[in-house]
Amino acid sequence: MFFYNLRLALLSLRRNPALSALMIGAIAVGIGASMTMFTVYYLMSADPIPQKSAHLYRVQLDNWDPDKPYAPPDKAPEQMTYRDAVSLMKQGPAPLSNAMFRSFTVAQPSDKNKSPFPVRVRVTYRNFFPMFDTPFEYGGAWGKSDDAEAHQVVVLSNETNERLFGGENSVGKSVKLYHRYFKVVGVLKPWRPTPRYYDLTATAFAKPDDVYVPLSLTAPLQIQPGGIMSCWKSNGSDFQSLLNSECVWLQFWVQLDTPTQVAAYKSFLDDYVREQKKLGRFQRPLNNHLRNVMQWLDYEHVVASDNSILLGLAFMFLAVCLVNMMGLLLAKFLGRAAQSGVRRALGASRAMIFYQHLVEVAVIGFCGGLAGLALTWLGLRLVSGLYRNYEGLTQLDPTLAGIAIGIALVAALVAGIYPAWRICRTSVAMHLKTQ
Amino acid sequence: MLDMTHINKVYRTDLVETRALRDFSLHVEEGEFVAVTGPSGSGKTTFLNVTGLLETFEQGEYRLDGKDVSRLNDNERSRIRNEKIGFIFQSFNLIPDLDVFDNVDVPLRYRGLRAAERTRRIEQALEVVGLASRTKHLPSQLSGGQQQRVAIARALAGEPRLLLADEPTGNVDSLMAREILQLISGINEYGTTIIMVTHDPEMARYAHRNVHIMDGQVTELEPADVHLAARQQPIGAPDGRSL
Repeated sequence: MFFYNLRLALLSLRRNPALSALMIGAIAVGIGASMTMFTVYYLMSADPIPQKSAHLYRVQLDNWDPDKPYAPPDKAPEQMTYRDAVSLMKQGPAPLSNAMFRSFTVAQPSDKNKSPFPVRVRVTYRNFFPMFDTPFEYGGAWGKSDDAEAHQVVVLSNETNERLFGGENSVGKSVKLYHRYFKVVGVLKPWRPTPRYYDLTATAFAKPDDVYVPLSLTAPLQIQPGGIMSCWKSNGSDFQSLLNSECVWLQFWVQLDTPTQVAAYKSFLDDYVREQKKLGRFQRPLNNHLRNVMQWLDYEHVVASDNSILLGLAFMFLAVCLVNMMGLLLAKFLGRAAQSGVRRALGASRAMIFYQHLVEVAVIGFCGGLAGLALTWLGLRLVSGLYRNYEGLTQLDPTLAGIAIGIALVAALVAGIYPAWRICRTSVAMHLKTQ
Repeated sequence: MLDMTHINKVYRTDLVETRALRDFSLHVEEGEFVAVTGPSGSGKTTFLNVTGLLETFEQGEYRLDGKDVSRLNDNERSRIRNEKIGFIFQSFNLIPDLDVFDNVDVPLRYRGLRAAERTRRIEQALEVVGLASRTKHLPSQLSGGQQQRVAIARALAGEPRLLLADEPTGNVDSLMAREILQLISGINEYGTTIIMVTHDPEMARYAHRNVHIMDGQVTELEPADVHLAARQQPIGAPDGRSL
């Protein structure tokens, strides 16, 4: 009976195209608005590295002003000083740890015909790549000796490799950064963790960096940090003073695979700070923290409460659209009660009539879902156009498309249950005489 | 075929209570052609609706084809309607979106017959009513008489034991009315029990007997032989089709 009812549904939609379009439009607008918001919310709150988010921990130490906290009531800085980061890299008992910061420079293509262009640089250790599961198109991470001996090596993002070398395998070639030649050791595949959890200081939804260079080059090349830096006391004006200062500007992550490793690392941090206290640093009470990826996103309020409210409002709008659709369905179904009466007289049970109308509602829901998907795509383009940093949040993936169709179907069925129930409960005999 | 005993049917609204059938009793034999007459509001249509299991009733007993159908649930009533009862309505009640073929197909769909069997029955029924060449026409493309013949084909396709006709000639001209009555009579001759509600005494003469209803009760039962005699007289040009 499904295909028979499907045919009847299509006939019914064709019979009154204006009304059908109105109903499909009502659900499409509701789906478009709610799915646009849902997509943004879903991608904002998504686990960016589900396979290991529970094992990656952001490290916080509180080296801040003894007289006032970094942020009330008693928050530790999100970032770390250069010297603490380098110390933790050397001493920490974590299986994998990584310190990093952001910088900017200009990339000079080896092809003289191409113009130099600015690039975002991630200054980091080789551990960045295995820790955050970055996929490689060509080559791989630089070696331990490159970190230890501050070699001028670089890993390029896919986009940068495209721009510098036309997308070909550039491993072994050179690119000029910080006025020096860097040897390309790896090229990443397209990679865009959303949110960009490993560094939320600029914006949570920005693109990943363009090039990656060893952090051990910071001092020799005097690589200036390009991200957010916070200081609570004055420093000397030279670069070495900055490296030795109490300014925080590096992000520090560790990978800890077992609770025992977590406890051991926490204990190590406390011991480290106690040692530093003896040297006159870390005058505030112990305030060290380890937060895994999802805890870190929550701590940093990546999903603002405003977004939750907007999402709620969008779904309320969908509900309003559904109420309108319910009214239209009721009018349509009751308008042809006589036909249902004839079918009942000819042997259709109430359940069959109910099913017939639900199939019609499902067809409307499906069409509304498809149209809603198109509106969602337009809505996301609009969001993307309004907020450049939201580019990563405006991707309509197959899962979200499936969710949109699913919501449209369920919503239409919910809206259609009452009209379908009403039509199957109408008196059979009443309309037969008067059709 | 049909046995109603002391049936009472009451319509209630907030203000009014209308007794449509009062202590209504009627027996119809298998293969009979019964005409039901009576003035407007006498309860003819209510009787037909109760007979066709389209409406329930408060009191009494109704046996159809030997089975007590007084207190069946909706599914059982629908199944009996589909399998045993055919309907012909004054206003044809064809579904405007469906072509002739699909209109005749409606009751067969609810019976769950296979496609080949449905097609066989539909083609046969349309052949009988002389519309085999109009299968793709929509009801709006047919005359009133043709639409009623489609309705008859729809009833015939289900091969019902009981055919209920409510003023089947009420919306067609007199010539077409006679053709339709002859079709219905022909169906009866093949053994189908027919109950026909009509205002028209001339049409009632086609039946074996006439049941007159007044105020929800049977007031007059004319013997079958009077009508049988009347049926012998030609009242219209037969179209020569065989049933």
